[in-house]
Amino acid sequence: MEAKALMINHEKCTGCRRCELVCSVYHENVANPSKARIKVEKWEWEGLYIPMSCKQCVDAPCMNVCPVKAISRDDAQGLVSVDNDICIGCRSCVAVCPFGAMNFNPAIKKVFKCDLCDGDPQCVRFCDMKAVDFVDVRKESLSKKRDAAFKISEAKKLGATIQYEG
Amino acid sequence: MSLDRKVAIVDLTTGKIDIKAIPLAVRKQFLGGRGLAAYLLYKYSKPGCDPLGPDNAVIFSAGILGGMLASASARTDVMTKNPLTGLLGSGNFGGFFAPELRYAGFDHIVAIGKSPKPVYIWVHDGEVEIKDAKNLWGKSVTEAQWAVREELGDPDVKCAVCGPAGEKLVRYANVMSGIKNANGRGGGGCTMGSKNLKMVAARGTMDIKIAYPREALEFDKRFIYQITSAKVNQTMGALGTPFIWGATNSWGGIRTNNFQFNQLLNADAIEPEEIDEWSKESMGSEYNMAACFGCQVHCRAKYKIPDTPLARKYGLVGKYDEGPEYTSQGAFNGEPGCPNLDTLLMGNHLVDQYGVDNLEIGSTISWAMELYEAGILTSKDTDGLDLRFGNDDAVIAMVHHICKRDTYLGNLLAEGGIRASEKIGKDSFKYLIHMKGMQNLHSDERATPALALNLALASRGSDHLRSRPAIDLYHLPVDVMRRIYSSPVAYDGPLSSDHTEYIGKPWQVVWHENCYMGVDCLGICKYHTTFLGATLPNFEDWAKVLHYNVGLDMSAKDIWDVAERANMVERLFNIREGMKKDDPFKGEILAERYFTEPCKRGAPDVIGKLIDKTKFLEMRALFYKYKGLDENGVPTPESLKKYGLENLDKEPSRI
Repeated sequence: MEAKALMINHEKCTGCRRCELVCSVYHENVANPSKARIKVEKWEWEGLYIPMSCKQCVDAPCMNVCPVKAISRDDAQGLVSVDNDICIGCRSCVAVCPFGAMNFNPAIKKVFKCDLCDGDPQCVRFCDMKAVDFVDVRKESLSKKRDAAFKISEAKKLGATIQYEG
Repeated sequence: MSLDRKVAIVDLTTGKIDIKAIPLAVRKQFLGGRGLAAYLLYKYSKPGCDPLGPDNAVIFSAGILGGMLASASARTDVMTKNPLTGLLGSGNFGGFFAPELRYAGFDHIVAIGKSPKPVYIWVHDGEVEIKDAKNLWGKSVTEAQWAVREELGDPDVKCAVCGPAGEKLVRYANVMSGIKNANGRGGGGCTMGSKNLKMVAARGTMDIKIAYPREALEFDKRFIYQITSAKVNQTMGALGTPFIWGATNSWGGIRTNNFQFNQLLNADAIEPEEIDEWSKESMGSEYNMAACFGCQVHCRAKYKIPDTPLARKYGLVGKYDEGPEYTSQGAFNGEPGCPNLDTLLMGNHLVDQYGVDNLEIGSTISWAMELYEAGILTSKDTDGLDLRFGNDDAVIAMVHHICKRDTYLGNLLAEGGIRASEKIGKDSFKYLIHMKGMQNLHSDERATPALALNLALASRGSDHLRSRPAIDLYHLPVDVMRRIYSSPVAYDGPLSSDHTEYIGKPWQVVWHENCYMGVDCLGICKYHTTFLGATLPNFEDWAKVLHYNVGLDMSAKDIWDVAERANMVERLFNIREGMKKDDPFKGEILAERYFTEPCKRGAPDVIGKLIDKTKFLEMRALFYKYKGLDENGVPTPESLKKYGLENLDKEPSRI
């Protein structure tokens, strides 16, 4: 299986937080964004919304810090998982995660994080904007290349016009 | 589960807070949102009370699906006795407040009494507190929200705010949330101001159990597709509501120069595509739309105010805001005759920051402009302000003066059209385009009898969101209309595809009144029902959404009955507070100019049109009949009994 990853393009995000909603329903059978594995951080006064979720790091700090080896990474799936049977609830992983993607549920005294919904991430499925997308990691940069090239092409057109008029 | 959310009765005079459950029987009668708000207002406001006194109540009411799996289940209804009209005041806003209130454990906050000093209500995870608002009072709508987040140490607090206009008791002040989610038309901001209540702040991390989670997810996916596959919503998602304004203006349905014309000329600068282009340019991104909770339509554009001489004069260059909605185009472009983009974007920003109703303030300023041109108001009244149509600077100046009440005319207009007309005298009242004491939005309904009937009958005063059969403009084939309008209750009366006709229209208004009440009880956005698109969800689909999410099994007809009952409670409230069908101030009758002045501009089906009074009264009589009301619009004893309302006055509150 080729590893796919969540790709977040915050520019496309409309801030609706449907990803949080469907995530909590899918995993917990409840509507409750505080139990979602994804969260949209907002700077409302400038219209900036950034969805934050687990990056499934290759050299994952959460995995490295876990004193009981409850966290492991499946390279084929590109997925970092927590084994709740081993987890002792020390929250060291919460402390070291650079993205705030590891969360603690005080009700069951366990940590929780994005599990990519067994390969069909609901946040992606319900995001019509595809601000959150699920893509082959090898192709993650392709669309960005294209976008950047487009900007250069626009700049060249502008440059050409100025040259012509000059 | 969804049904375990509570009601908090907060007495601001004594500081007592009563937390109550909602009996299932009451739920089944009113569901939530606007329906339950109507019941709570009826029971918790004192009959005949001064809207600005302690006996008025203000109800913050989340829809029963708030924060759950139903597209855009984001709506909060705020209800109060309206300080502008003395009748029902009700506004409905999206954004993120309703979900947060529900995650905090509550569906409804009922504020009564009057606090001796500025306070706010803090709702969090099953608890309700009254807190000192001295650091928030005087702050603009957004400043107050960022300040309370700082104070509470949580950036995810969501608020329903009284802005500076509410503090100054401008009678059409809004409750606001976020950047621009406006609880318009209800006067709730003014009632909050009168109670020294700056805001309700909510933050919650409590579960709302979904009855059938997997099925609810799958159903919602289809439900969303039904909504977003409609062309009207795709257009809305690209251009926002200004697309409605653009289409309506080119046709000739926009009030211009108050009510003198029905089309704004030379309006290229405020065409929806122009606004969209500026939005993208000013935000530096082609992704320029923002959305309410859980909504895939995303109809709010983001923008910054451009650098123009007028924006510089008022210190507004580069200010961020969202919208503008088509109502702001009416308020700041069409009605005052100012076809300029900067005026629109500034006016929209100011009403968002002051927390005042854009429709009412725009209509009120335009009314004053017509009075000024007619010589009824003079430069002495305006402190030298040249209040002629087309003076953009004067429009922006008047927004400030009304919200601050810092000039003679500003202070006068802050009282609303009818009160101002009593002071101004002469013929001023005759120029006022109002129904039930509330001025109309910017649309012109002289060519569309169905839409005109809606205005006169809307429970909160002249308004399009209570029962407007907007799809009447689409010339739908009669068999399509028949399919829509014969469900969930049978109707075999006449229907007409002709929007200039009077026949069949009363039933359409009845149907849409129940449709919009239904969606308001559920807490879903009106753009997600049969409002602007004929294929969008209504009663049958809602029955399924309710089943999968809440586990409440109600048929489409049951939901229709809830809507019918809730509309009846709103009507009973209005009757209790003095509504009489032909009363020129509080009646269910159009402003006289609809009957006497024909449209001067627009398409061939518009030009020359006015409303035939005799036919209008016949339509109204039919509407009363369909609704089980007597010839005066009062529910008959049989109707009251049918909907279980015969003891509404006698029995104590069931919540």
